[in-house]
Amino acid sequence: MEFNIEFSKENYPNTPKQIEELARIALNTRQDIIKSLFLAKSGHSGGPLGISDVMSVLFFAGIMKYDSQNPNWKERDRFVLSCGHYAPVLYTVLARAGYFPTEELLTLRKLGSRLQGHPGLDSELPGIETSSGSLGQGISIAVGMAMSDKLLEKNDRTVFCLTGDGEIQEGSCWEAAMSAGNFKLDNLCWIVDNNNCQIDGRVEDVMSIYPLGDKFQTFKFEVIEIDGHNFNDIIAAFNQFKQNQKNRSGKPTVIICKTKMGRGVSFMEDNYQWHGNPPNEKEAIQALSELI
Amino acid sequence: MQEYKLIGNKPTRHGFGEGLVALGERNENIVVLGGDITGSVMTSYFAERFPERFFSIGIAEQNATTIAAGLALSGKIPFFSSYSAFAAFRNTDQLRISVCYNNINVKIGGGHSGITVGPDGATHQSLEELSLLRTLPNMTLISPCDYNEAKKATLAVGESFGPAYIRFGRSAVPSFTLPESTFEIGKADIYHEGTDVAIVACGLLTWEAILAAQELKKRRGINARVINCHTIKPIDIHTITSAAKDCGAIVTAEEHQVHGGLGGAVAEVVVKNYPVPMEFVGVKDTFGTSGEPDELIKYFGLTWKEIYSSALIAIERRDKGISSVRYPKEIAPIAEELK
Ligand SMILES: Cc1ncc(C[n+]2csc(CCOP(=O)(O)OP(=O)(O)O)c2C)c(N)n1
Repeated sequence: MEFNIEFSKENYPNTPKQIEELARIALNTRQDIIKSLFLAKSGHSGGPLGISDVMSVLFFAGIMKYDSQNPNWKERDRFVLSCGHYAPVLYTVLARAGYFPTEELLTLRKLGSRLQGHPGLDSELPGIETSSGSLGQGISIAVGMAMSDKLLEKNDRTVFCLTGDGEIQEGSCWEAAMSAGNFKLDNLCWIVDNNNCQIDGRVEDVMSIYPLGDKFQTFKFEVIEIDGHNFNDIIAAFNQFKQNQKNRSGKPTVIICKTKMGRGVSFMEDNYQWHGNPPNEKEAIQALSELI
Repeated sequence: MQEYKLIGNKPTRHGFGEGLVALGERNENIVVLGGDITGSVMTSYFAERFPERFFSIGIAEQNATTIAAGLALSGKIPFFSSYSAFAAFRNTDQLRISVCYNNINVKIGGGHSGITVGPDGATHQSLEELSLLRTLPNMTLISPCDYNEAKKATLAVGESFGPAYIRFGRSAVPSFTLPESTFEIGKADIYHEGTDVAIVACGLLTWEAILAAQELKKRRGINARVINCHTIKPIDIHTITSAAKDCGAIVTAEEHQVHGGLGGAVAEVVVKNYPVPMEFVGVKDTFGTSGEPDELIKYFGLTWKEIYSSALIAIERRDKGISSVRYPKEIAPIAEELK
């Protein structure tokens, strides 16, 4: 039997939603990720699936301010994907937000595609704020953007940045943290995907980053630790951040999201072997049958 | 002249991984540092065999490089390996000061190098590290052409003193050098004899150079000398100068930017000792892009066909004294011939 992959044309509006609706969007996001990675025949499944709930809230629950029809809108909030290998989830939410046609998800990682293996500004894909793929750089870029907004332009835009947890073994991440605290960047929201997995194994076995919340605390962050699969938690965390920004708390926020790598696909869940592989045909069929 | 025989495809990284284990057996001072991709760069072999001499440093290339420096200053011979994109660029300052200026025994394995890392795209396709690291005093820089040579280079680097960097790739590439043939750091090897034109290549492009030489012979009766210049630094001045004198025209070929790497190193020797027309095959001052390795090799013009065309142009420039750069439309007749 021929296994046919199609992407619906559905776009999701960026408005406050019921939990059930967000859950449906997150599920569809996971389907999109599985489909595009299966077609690409390479790429990272685990991280993108694990952060799908958080990304669905961030982009489709009215948290982030953007206009997909006007990607360079001067007042937009910015999202920096520091962990460039999470590209499949970013491409999916951007397509569903209307930045580019959803059919383009068919071209992930192919020669000539705007959907590069790791996001590239040179591909001119709408919605991409910076190239990334070398871990630990995006968060410093986010700090620079937040400095421009808060200290120079003095506007009330927000910068969101997603890093992995293995990624923050890079020392430069802690230089970024120090700067964010130092410059009192309450307009910066750092999201850490704490799935406790990286390529070689569990994060604490490869190089422990723990205790994590305490570290951020001493770097003068407002620390919010949540279950990254609980929509109420996720929404509350973002709202708390926005409140802090509004109150000019003078503290950057970090949301440490406890997630499961590969969430939603039984054989990938919490398994670091799925950090950097795509599903083959059999696995993709199995995965899609679970994601309904 | 070195003998060769094509026996299939194998990634150079396997040669590196196996070479490290062999080194570990010979010398208990060999230590390996991991950067969270040990299974990709094959340091996992060493980690399994000598767990007490393997340390996981996590995703922290700067720290790993300077920890290696500390280990070297304590009499150990540390190898740190990650993708070239991060094991040559993220840690360049550390390599410059703590490793090369100190002139100590730190060895770097740069894996998944070049365009053939494929769909990961530009960020992961390191095409500049030969240029970059070649400028560092005391550095030894090797780009092996196949599995056997990668293994020999790893052993040679581990058994000689000083900072060194070995470049290897992800994809399986033709295995053609013989296990028993000699390997000496700084000594380029001739794989095809000829005096009409010299092709100086390294890494993956050495095999393409041999193919180009075979086609030049078959289609045009041209005898090309193929030089496998596995060591980019120190460069083999003697072999390159002789090639310039004997052939009068040179083509360099590398899976790397055309400026500053192997081509640049060869050009410096040629210009100083015996100037002759040169052509450069490599990536032409542009970043990479996502695609399958075989597609990208063609897309960026890194096959025997570009070496073949470049050889004809170099010969023509030598014979007719044409010094100007040729435009693609003038090369079109050659492209037609190669269809
Ligand atoms: C500077 C740098 N070093 C190494 C890599 C290779 N690499 C890509 S993803 C990854 C693991 C990242 O772990 P984590 O942030 O926990 O992401 P997850 O495993 O959850 O997807 C590594 C080492 C890289 N992209 N950049």
